[in-house]
Amino acid sequence: MARENKISMEHGAGGQQMQSLIGETILKNLTNTKAGSVGLDSLDDGATISLDREFLNVNPAAELVMTTDSHVVKPIFFPGGDIGKVAVCGAINDLAVMGAKPLAISSGMIIPEGFNITDLEKIVKSMNSALEEIGVPLITGDTKTIEGTALDSIIINIAAIGLCDSPVRDCGLQVGDKIIISGFIADHGMALLTKREGFEFNSDLESDTAPLWGMLEPILSVSAESGERAVTAMKDPTRGGVADSLNEMAQKSNVGIQIYEEKLPIREAVITSCEMLGLDPLEIANEGKAVIGVRPEFAEEVLALLKKHPYGKDAAVIGEVVAEKPGKVILISELGSTRYVDVPTGDPIPRVC
Amino acid sequence: MTKTDPFVKNPVEVQKKLIENINAYPKPARIMHICGTHERTIAKYGIRSLLPERIEVLSGPGCPVCVTPDDDIDAAILLAKKGLTVVTFGDMLRVPGTEESLFDARAEGADVRMVYSIDDAVKLAEENPDKEIVFFSIGFETTIPTTAAAVLRGFPSNFSVYTSLKLTPPAINLLVQDINVDAFIAPGHVAVITGTVPYDDFAKAGYPIAVAGFESYDILYGIKMLLDQMAAGESIVENAYMRAVKTDGNPIAIKMMNDVFDVVDVEWRGLGVIPESGYRLKEKYEAYDAAVKYKAIYEDSLNELREIRKKKKKNCICATILTGKATPADCPMFEKACKPTNPIGPCMVSDEGMCHSWYKYCRD
Repeated sequence: MARENKISMEHGAGGQQMQSLIGETILKNLTNTKAGSVGLDSLDDGATISLDREFLNVNPAAELVMTTDSHVVKPIFFPGGDIGKVAVCGAINDLAVMGAKPLAISSGMIIPEGFNITDLEKIVKSMNSALEEIGVPLITGDTKTIEGTALDSIIINIAAIGLCDSPVRDCGLQVGDKIIISGFIADHGMALLTKREGFEFNSDLESDTAPLWGMLEPILSVSAESGERAVTAMKDPTRGGVADSLNEMAQKSNVGIQIYEEKLPIREAVITSCEMLGLDPLEIANEGKAVIGVRPEFAEEVLALLKKHPYGKDAAVIGEVVAEKPGKVILISELGSTRYVDVPTGDPIPRVC
Repeated sequence: MTKTDPFVKNPVEVQKKLIENINAYPKPARIMHICGTHERTIAKYGIRSLLPERIEVLSGPGCPVCVTPDDDIDAAILLAKKGLTVVTFGDMLRVPGTEESLFDARAEGADVRMVYSIDDAVKLAEENPDKEIVFFSIGFETTIPTTAAAVLRGFPSNFSVYTSLKLTPPAINLLVQDINVDAFIAPGHVAVITGTVPYDDFAKAGYPIAVAGFESYDILYGIKMLLDQMAAGESIVENAYMRAVKTDGNPIAIKMMNDVFDVVDVEWRGLGVIPESGYRLKEKYEAYDAAVKYKAIYEDSLNELREIRKKKKKNCICATILTGKATPADCPMFEKACKPTNPIGPCMVSDEGMCHSWYKYCRD
């Protein structure tokens, strides 16, 4: 391949090569780069976000929510997505499960020399299509290059800012709440694992990577006459899987969570490959799911709203919040047996036999 | 999550009936399984929570990762640190040797990789002719035939195998000398290869045996078989895994293992050296044996580690747990010094160890 098609140290040196990389590979592939008077296309020192004064007037308790996440993924392109899509969705979903409408994101890329520019372009395009889907601009960014010996693949950091009337926390579960999962679990982790080097393992599994704001926005406005919101707590179960999220929610809310094995939405292919590799689907990563605590009287309404959205069509009530065993998550099987769902230790590792 | 077995539908009604039958057994019973995958099935499906307190299911030495001794792990780590590429199964990477694990060695820059089969390791050697690849081969009769078959097919010159292979019947034989157990659930995957014949002696010695598969249904069926035998005062070998296990096992796999390996005395973590309980490559395959090929480059360092190991006192009761004379809760280090994130004894290291399983699923 021609040398010009690879990232070199000059691309990060601030000169002409860098200008051309930003212009030709990044800016050209982004549709929406402004959230105020100064956007990414201005290439100024920062970007601005204009404020929705009407919203602020109506919601005196409104707050900005900010989140940041750095992404390394192996392989960078995988069935159902790539590192660009995962990075954008990760940030958007962190805001969404806080109940915040995403306003804008930033992107910081660290790219090793020798990285294929065509691949970089593919990554930017896929970031753009995720952003377009929910109408969020990428307003500021940074690109650094680094010696190929120091890094073997691209790192993307995304920071995102959103606005909420009042934040949804992961510590808000109340006894009696129903626990909803927005769709099939463990697709992302298993799609990646079965494609990773060293595993000659064929499957049709695709990552579930998706931006969830569109699915979650409608359920936030479900509330009782008193004004109390139906949704009490939310989390996006990424690394560590649903097991990690449920444990964190149970511990922080100081309640117990009971879930029912037969109600967990898991694809047959995920069950089979997990069985084969000795993994627990509850501990496998998702990138397009939400775990939601809902007041019981609104569970059906919230479930119906989720199911209306393509990303939520397989949503299910999987359990409920109880007073017993605070801080613990208990799985009940169809046979009636019980076991704790523990916090996963490290990354899931396949077993020997 | 329960509806996966292509052969058995795991019908809930049938299982509930089995649970009823098991609960009807009036006397105490101590049943030991000797298979890591059985422990996983039992823990995952919460089988123990379905049984009355008087019927206990104990976990014997059934996890190949757990019984791999420090000495073999140290040797593999040293090979990696001396510049070779060490390749092994994922769950082996976390297990601590005398001073560190293969994961730790990798963090320090050693080339350690994870594969799912020896064939993937051979492929890695073919794709990297400039690297010396050592496959750290661990396992019981379940995984040994794949190594034997790969040896018979031949390896590229930059590939060798460090073996830490174990045979299950000698370990059970040691266990039954001094054990507080009434009956055994025998490992279905092992029996697919060995058949049920190796268990005849244990049945003759008075232990009811049921070879079982790996669904909740299989385990419950196996337990019921054992309790029926105990009620009738019998001890025979029964097969609760007919869809996979034949009396004579897999003669082709057995022949391959006999062609490639000699039976030798080997060390089991927690149990010490057990006579004729492991495999080493036959002399004619010496060129593939990393323990022969590279002995000179790691031997001195390994001797130093052995000295360090002698001085380390491990206050660990795994050997007692593995013989059914104690439970993890009896261990002074359980949940305190010894956790999945910092495993000390063999039973805590892998997902399949009794202590790990207790920690993960049963802790209050």
